[in-house]
Amino acid sequence: MSHDHSHDHDEHHPHGSQLSEMQLRVRALESILTEKGYVDPAALDRIIEAYETRIGPHNGARAVAKAWADADYKRALLEDATAAVGALGFASRVGDHLVAVENTPATHNMIVCTLCSCYPWEVLGLPPTWYKSAPYRSRAVIDPRSVLADFGVKLPEATQIRVWDSTAETRFMVLPMRPSGTEGWSEDKLAQLVTRDCMIGTGLPKSPAEVAP
Amino acid sequence: MNGVHDMGGMQCFGRVAPEADEPVFHSDWEARVLALNRAMGYARLWNIDMSRAAIEELPPEVYLTRSYYEKWLIRLEQLLLDRGLVDAEELAAGRALKPGKPLPRKLGVTDVAAALTRGSFSRAPGTPALFKEGDRVRARNINPTTHTRLPRYARGHVGTIESVRGCHVFPDTVAIGKGENPQWLYTVRFDGRELWGERCDPSLKVSIDAFEPYLEPA
Repeated sequence: MSHDHSHDHDEHHPHGSQLSEMQLRVRALESILTEKGYVDPAALDRIIEAYETRIGPHNGARAVAKAWADADYKRALLEDATAAVGALGFASRVGDHLVAVENTPATHNMIVCTLCSCYPWEVLGLPPTWYKSAPYRSRAVIDPRSVLADFGVKLPEATQIRVWDSTAETRFMVLPMRPSGTEGWSEDKLAQLVTRDCMIGTGLPKSPAEVAP
Repeated sequence: MNGVHDMGGMQCFGRVAPEADEPVFHSDWEARVLALNRAMGYARLWNIDMSRAAIEELPPEVYLTRSYYEKWLIRLEQLLLDRGLVDAEELAAGRALKPGKPLPRKLGVTDVAAALTRGSFSRAPGTPALFKEGDRVRARNINPTTHTRLPRYARGHVGTIESVRGCHVFPDTVAIGKGENPQWLYTVRFDGRELWGERCDPSLKVSIDAFEPYLEPA
């Protein structure tokens, strides 16, 4: 329910006034917590900087590209994603309960959290607004093909859809299928094909033509 | 609690609206709210399930109309008020009116990298797992009035144990201060038609991660 695109709920919250109300309220809380000695604003800055720069879907993309390029790594990723992603040495060590699920011509995987917005932050960064929204959380488990249509994705009818509801501390990421026409590509170049949405299962990797030569 | 947060299967919310090139934060205050929540979470005054429960307990009209980070702010204020770490006069005044209380630990600049690492929820099992891969199980028809992670749409339905995920902290008790009470955790796969009836896409399979107390043999 972002304020930054049109939305049914926005009429209840006029854009500008709501934002400034929130700005004031957040600033007040931060002042109180700082004055009481509960938080250090410099530590808050560091947290924000980490999510704006180091922790994002580029981390997951590296794991996917490596799995596409290296059959042993792919096996390791599917067997124990925590260890396999951990071995890549990202700034934020991945949590202990990461599971990678593989798309095949027979099965397409999608990740959701119907109860809140659980998401593999360490490999994909902070979740996008739509992932946290009621339309996605409600419909992904009952009618995922219509959700995919909202993303412009249409799968063959014969493809089974498997939805993973993140109801515990297990976190899931999708290992998408490697696009054809990418034989011999380096891991760095393969990583450019990997979108955030294709690791959630609401998108497919880019086509080779979309990546600069 | 059977609340509006338990959204799986509802059909009234319209289309999903992806945003092209969405920024990490839409406003600076969202970033500050996230960081304040992470910093206060680090203090060990509450656990992750207590903070989830605090969001679920918001009035439905608040839950459904406030944005994600607005709810995070309201939740943080509530947790701080409930534990006497700030009071309503201070929130109204926008400044501290009395000294802070000691925290179990405080997030410093050098702790940030460690604080951004998710902890482990695995615990040593006290008993052997009741179920194994391939077992048929029924999600129990339970309706606790406190925090639970068994979604309503699965209750009463029969699925198959696909993976045994180890023994984990049990949200239902840890959320209400009754201890970690570790329980075996399973990925349970359901056929779409078992959950949603004859008209469901026959190719759909849905899984949940379910703690052993949520399940019975089928």
